[in-house]
Amino acid sequence: MFGLHYKLERHTIPFVLAIVLVSGIGGFVEIAPLFTIDETVEDVPDMRVYTPLELAGRNIYIREGCYACHSQMIRTLRDEVERYGPYSLAVESKYDHPMLWGSKRTGPDLARVGGKYSDDWHVAHLNDPRSVIPQSVMPAYAWLGRNRLTIDDLGLHLVALRRVGVPYTDAMIANATADAYGQANPDSEQVDGVVERYGDATTVRAFDGQPGAVTEMDAVVAYLQILGKLTDAAHKQQALGEQAP
Amino acid sequence: MIAGLTRGERQLAIAILIVLTVFGLAMAGAGQSRPLGIHGFVVIAFSLALVIVVLSGYFAPEPDAERLTRYYDDPSKVGILLAMVWVVFGLFIGDWVAWLMAYPEATFDAAWASFGRLRPVHTTAVIFGFGGNALIATSFHVMQRTCRARMPDQFSPWFVLFGYNLFCILAVSGYFIGITQSKEYAEPEWYADIWLVIVWVTYFVLYLRTLARRSEPHIYVANWYYLAFILVVAVLHIINNLAVPVSLAHAKSYSAFSGVQDAMTQWWYGHNAVAFFLTAGFLGMLYYYLPKRAERPIFSYRLSIISFWGITFLYMWAGSHHLHYTALPQWVQTLGMTFSVMLLVPSWSSAGNALLTLNGAWQKVRDDATLRFMMVAAVFYGLSTFEGSFMAIRPVNALSHYTDWTVGHVHAGALGWVAFITFGSIYAVVPTLWKRERMYSARLVEVHFWLALAGTVIYVFAMWNSGIIQGLMWRTYNESGTLAYSFVDSLVAMHPYYIARAFGGLLFLIGAVVGFYNIWMTVRPVPEAPRSTALDGPAAADVPLAGE
Repeated sequence: MFGLHYKLERHTIPFVLAIVLVSGIGGFVEIAPLFTIDETVEDVPDMRVYTPLELAGRNIYIREGCYACHSQMIRTLRDEVERYGPYSLAVESKYDHPMLWGSKRTGPDLARVGGKYSDDWHVAHLNDPRSVIPQSVMPAYAWLGRNRLTIDDLGLHLVALRRVGVPYTDAMIANATADAYGQANPDSEQVDGVVERYGDATTVRAFDGQPGAVTEMDAVVAYLQILGKLTDAAHKQQALGEQAP
Repeated sequence: MIAGLTRGERQLAIAILIVLTVFGLAMAGAGQSRPLGIHGFVVIAFSLALVIVVLSGYFAPEPDAERLTRYYDDPSKVGILLAMVWVVFGLFIGDWVAWLMAYPEATFDAAWASFGRLRPVHTTAVIFGFGGNALIATSFHVMQRTCRARMPDQFSPWFVLFGYNLFCILAVSGYFIGITQSKEYAEPEWYADIWLVIVWVTYFVLYLRTLARRSEPHIYVANWYYLAFILVVAVLHIINNLAVPVSLAHAKSYSAFSGVQDAMTQWWYGHNAVAFFLTAGFLGMLYYYLPKRAERPIFSYRLSIISFWGITFLYMWAGSHHLHYTALPQWVQTLGMTFSVMLLVPSWSSAGNALLTLNGAWQKVRDDATLRFMMVAAVFYGLSTFEGSFMAIRPVNALSHYTDWTVGHVHAGALGWVAFITFGSIYAVVPTLWKRERMYSARLVEVHFWLALAGTVIYVFAMWNSGIIQGLMWRTYNESGTLAYSFVDSLVAMHPYYIARAFGGLLFLIGAVVGFYNIWMTVRPVPEAPRSTALDGPAAADVPLAGE
């Protein structure tokens, strides 16, 4: 074996090919089957896509690096389930390009934070975390409420996502900007369209407390409030588990 | 450094910089006031600055043919200085965010100064800015010596070095203004990623061309590692960054993968960024500079072979240990855990091989802080690979994951191993490259060594404590069977450790500043004196064999 190597290390191209071959095996065996084995992601028909406003909020969450301190992945451990809710299923991040499971919890997990606090709480918390949690070490994100949200190009975002496999319809793409406005303005005429396209359960509220202009705060709070609520598959699975003897 | 280039190379440099400027203009035009537009101006400023540098030396006389009998080291020199600039910057940002953990108000109500944006600035500046520049600079130095051949041309190394730094600048400036893919250690967006592919292919081809000119029949071990680093990082980078941009006028893109497949791809990339960027490349450094400095041959050729192929094969399976107990299928988690434990064999083979090489030279380790940097690096390499294999075991990971223990582990590797071997190698190579007898001050190397070691130990102990306490508090139940502590309770318990960590980081930063000063004083142009001829002896041997 060492004699063979003694010869191999005299030839650049065979050596390069050996590196590519030897290093390629592991990734191939672990990643390729994830795309082909059906059980990898649960089949859940009622899983809904993000509305344009929630998607914009998700992009701000990415932009600000929130994932560096907050995970969105509840592990299958008793204490995590009791602290944060039913453990996360693969299907719940099926439309997450990229996923935001995170790797560090300087702050708590957010996979099921949707609906846990009021919009007002989130706005107060993002503006000044220590006004609601005195011991918090989170930075203040007061500029979110001051920045107008860019909504005119959201249709392009939905098109890009459809290219990578998220089932946005033509109507969703055509109305992306109007839907983003409508979801943050409950008294506007665009509301009906949002509910029609994304379902009755879609939350339509002035998330930042101020109807009218759509701010980045609207988008982030809308996103936080939908976390864990795109499907109730995880809750159903937990209920099933509790029934079992 | 321009004087060393031929007229043709100077013209080629200007032509490529003009092409780059045109791309910058296109980005600025298409991106307008959006972030992509700002990056267009960054590209323009970078290119024009280099055009000015080239023009300033454009009319200098051409170098004589005698240069071809010597190694081409100018890019290595610039690369080492750039690495030192990046490390001081990256450590400064790192220590800043460390203090933010203890005192979170210091963000001036400015988006760019909040933790989430600064954190990737820190990681990119130290891993890619410092580590990457050090790897490129030393690989140029090592490949020429171990091949006994001069680089095939003088332009491609500059293209690789400055092209790579443009990538780093785009990455770091992007985070400040909110451009990020969020993929850990692969945050830059699609256009920066494409640029890096171009640079990286040039780097690979340059390496192959130099190897093709070698006068030594065998490819030396250090080159195996540098080759694996270049090749595998290219594969990882391309696959992990597959994405669809919103439009050619938007910086934002959407990853081709989602959910569980994306998680696996990201950590396949992430863990092998550790393996092939932060380990393989630096083992290349270790295999050249440690035996050189100790003046001892590598202890075992066979151990080198076992550890090289072990690392190349096993590491690629290990990424899934970042995803224990998640929605990733359990069979993948189990594979990741199994291979992570097996990784201990090649890792300890390398560490042991390095330490056994020092047998017969331990008095040098005692007296020479440069060699001691390398020795401590090998020790930390052994320690952190053991810790890594241990943390990859599922039940251990249940406690350690999501906590500061991971952060401590990463820094044991990044500070104790990567930074120590780099500083040791830089101190070893700087006098050779600049034809100085020795470093400006041996005492300052000693000061740097102890500051760096103290900083690392304080940092790692603080994070071990905080991480394990966090993990335990999150899973502690009281007698009535409910969780004993709220999340905020665990956060409050971290406060003293966060201060200790920031203090340890500060020591490490001061050490790097001392190192920077020492290097600068060594290499700054000395006006007086043609230096003594005493150097001609050893320096005369440092030339390529006249081949072909």
